[in-house]
Amino acid sequence: MITVRTVERPPRDLAVQVFLLEVVKGLGVTYRHFFVNLWRHLLGLAGGRPAGSPPAAAWGGSPRGRASRPPSGRALAARGAVTVQYPEEPAVLGRRARTRHRLLKRPDGAPRCTSCLLCETVCPARCIRITAEDSPDPGIEKRARTFEIDMGLCVFCGHCVEACPVDAIRMDTGDMELPALHRREMIWDMKALMEDS
Amino acid sequence: MARITLNGRPIETADGALMIDVAKEAGIHIPHYCYHPALGNPGNCRMCLVEVQGAPKLQPACRLKAVDGMVVRTDSPAVQAAQAGALELHLVNHPLDCPVCDQSGECGLQDYYMTIGRYKSGVAEDKRHMAKRKPIGPHVMLDQERCLWCTRCTRFLANVVKTAELGIFGRGHGQVVDLAPGKVLDNPYSGNVVDICPVGALTDRDFRYKVRAWYLESVDSVCPGCSRGCGVQVHTSTKRPWHNEGRRVARLKPRYNPEVNGHWICDEGRYSYKTLDQDRLGKVLRLRPAPAGLSAVGTELSWDAAWKEIAGRAGELMADKGAGGLAVIASGALSNEDWRSFKKLFVDSWKVVQFLFAPEPDQVGPEDSLLRRKEKVPNLKGGEALGFGTEFRSMSWDALARSIEAGRIWGLYVVDRDVAGVWGPAAAGLLGRLDFVVFQGPFKGGTGDLAHYRLPSTAYVEEEGSFTNFEGRLQRYAKALAPLGAALPDWEIFEGILARHRAGKGEAL
Ligand code: SF4
Ligand code: SF4
Ligand code: SF4
Ligand code: SF4
Repeated sequence: MITVRTVERPPRDLAVQVFLLEVVKGLGVTYRHFFVNLWRHLLGLAGGRPAGSPPAAAWGGSPRGRASRPPSGRALAARGAVTVQYPEEPAVLGRRARTRHRLLKRPDGAPRCTSCLLCETVCPARCIRITAEDSPDPGIEKRARTFEIDMGLCVFCGHCVEACPVDAIRMDTGDMELPALHRREMIWDMKALMEDS
Repeated sequence: MARITLNGRPIETADGALMIDVAKEAGIHIPHYCYHPALGNPGNCRMCLVEVQGAPKLQPACRLKAVDGMVVRTDSPAVQAAQAGALELHLVNHPLDCPVCDQSGECGLQDYYMTIGRYKSGVAEDKRHMAKRKPIGPHVMLDQERCLWCTRCTRFLANVVKTAELGIFGRGHGQVVDLAPGKVLDNPYSGNVVDICPVGALTDRDFRYKVRAWYLESVDSVCPGCSRGCGVQVHTSTKRPWHNEGRRVARLKPRYNPEVNGHWICDEGRYSYKTLDQDRLGKVLRLRPAPAGLSAVGTELSWDAAWKEIAGRAGELMADKGAGGLAVIASGALSNEDWRSFKKLFVDSWKVVQFLFAPEPDQVGPEDSLLRRKEKVPNLKGGEALGFGTEFRSMSWDALARSIEAGRIWGLYVVDRDVAGVWGPAAAGLLGRLDFVVFQGPFKGGTGDLAHYRLPSTAYVEEEGSFTNFEGRLQRYAKALAPLGAALPDWEIFEGILARHRAGKGEAL
């Protein structure tokens, strides 16, 4: 059940209003992180524990491939923090990261999509455009004639993947670098979407 | 008079009224497939079972007649269990391919499954496979797997249209709905079976795959296909222009009106939507008729400029040659509002005497005793109410052609009528002799190119108004879509010219 809880504003006393104390507190946080990380990196140099995160490639992560096994939260906490120099260095993706879509195929290479339009219906960005036709296979009633996703509009919410009754669309390509020189080039058609299936 | 108790509520109803109707009246929906108010109550779907106090078994509400003192429950556990059980049996062989089924979103099985479904089926056997996607006529596609054998379609075809193209063959596990040997479902009312089929067994070949039911918006309208004026719903899909091949109207469905069309409409009316967005006029043009073989050269005008020019030019010619030389071609496609402004402009102000509005020969077609009428325009009666047909007579096309040849006519104002279609190749020659030709209509066509002014008007789905059907019944229709281009309703165009005409003569508006 939804209830409403009223939260009192913290009093804006003099100490808050002159900011000085708050600035010092903030600097304290910054310095704590600095020294904790410095200590961990020094320990690492001394050959004790791992110094920083290994490069993404070491755990199979790459911007174009799927990240296979990111380190767990505890392992990260014990390491010194590292800034990833993206895009010079490849980005590290979680295993469940939602990246550019692909359309899956049937064993014979035809698109698995039945053109039910559920993904198009659920899509909050209205960036999926599908038209349907009769399938030449008498056992299959309907198939997509055209299937387009406008990556420039997509908000990568993943609703389309959830909605699909036949698991025809997935967002597991690991591809999230989709810039183009023209808006039109950001619209991926069925052929392009099936390329990595 | 019968006093019954329905779900604890005392209700008064006529003796012998069907319980399913009584409940509907009282706002209680009893699930059903086979019962249809216009097609009878075979009682074969077993979905409408209700509990009657004192009766040893549940009774089908579609066959249960109200008797004084009856106590009925539609919501007892026994009823719910029976309905869930009946639904489970309906689903034994049902493919449940809702994602690809066109009925999805407006399906009787889906709806009842959500409310009274058992969710866990006890049926472990494989489903039976039968013909899917079988075209049974020009408009209807049959999927035998999805059929519930409610027999609504066969009863409609046997009892209403009396053509009996569909039948149920076999029994039990082998039961199947199919075409009768040697028949094709192509009667003038075939589309109605799609509406009455409670599931996706019969789907519309024209609507198939075009738009999902949940994208549609619906507006109440009146079919302009003939002088019957059947009630229709205009289903539009405008938010996703890549669907439905870019057409804005996705389908027309009958709207129940016991006084006019009952539950049905004819196929001609039903599929008239397809051309609504095709070949439309969108610009107000002044045309310079081109030499034969070349297309006319046009200058785009604002409405104001066009109205001024038309009022001015017609005024000059009338002063010069007399109003008797101006002929106006119109039709019963005008709404009552259009007819009113039509009369104000042409009769009251311009004093035109030569009118042509009779539907022959281009606006007549087949008729029958069910719905279709010979005059394929909706509102001849509305014109008649203002004197068009009584006080003002319609001339014939031949007489008009003779008058033009004899030089008695100098101008022609055509309202949505295919002059080139009626006169054929002679039309260009005849219109070429005139000083002043205006064409006003929603669609491109031969006539528009031969005019000096071409004015775009709205289609009936883009305006509101009213038609008077052949029995004199006035029916309103609502606006479903925005007009295309600069199109205006006919009455607004007439009023525009009239205002400029009066201003030009210094008359008060
Ligand atoms: S991820 Fe979300 S926004 Fe993108 S296509 Fe799928 S449903 Fe639409
Ligand atoms: S939900 Fe799946 S099957 Fe349906 S249209 Fe989208 S991709 Fe195709
Ligand atoms: S008829 Fe209804 S339940 Fe059956 S597949 Fe079609 S939508 Fe689904
Ligand atoms: S095709 Fe439809 S209307 Fe005809 S019997 Fe089957 S379910 Fe009923």
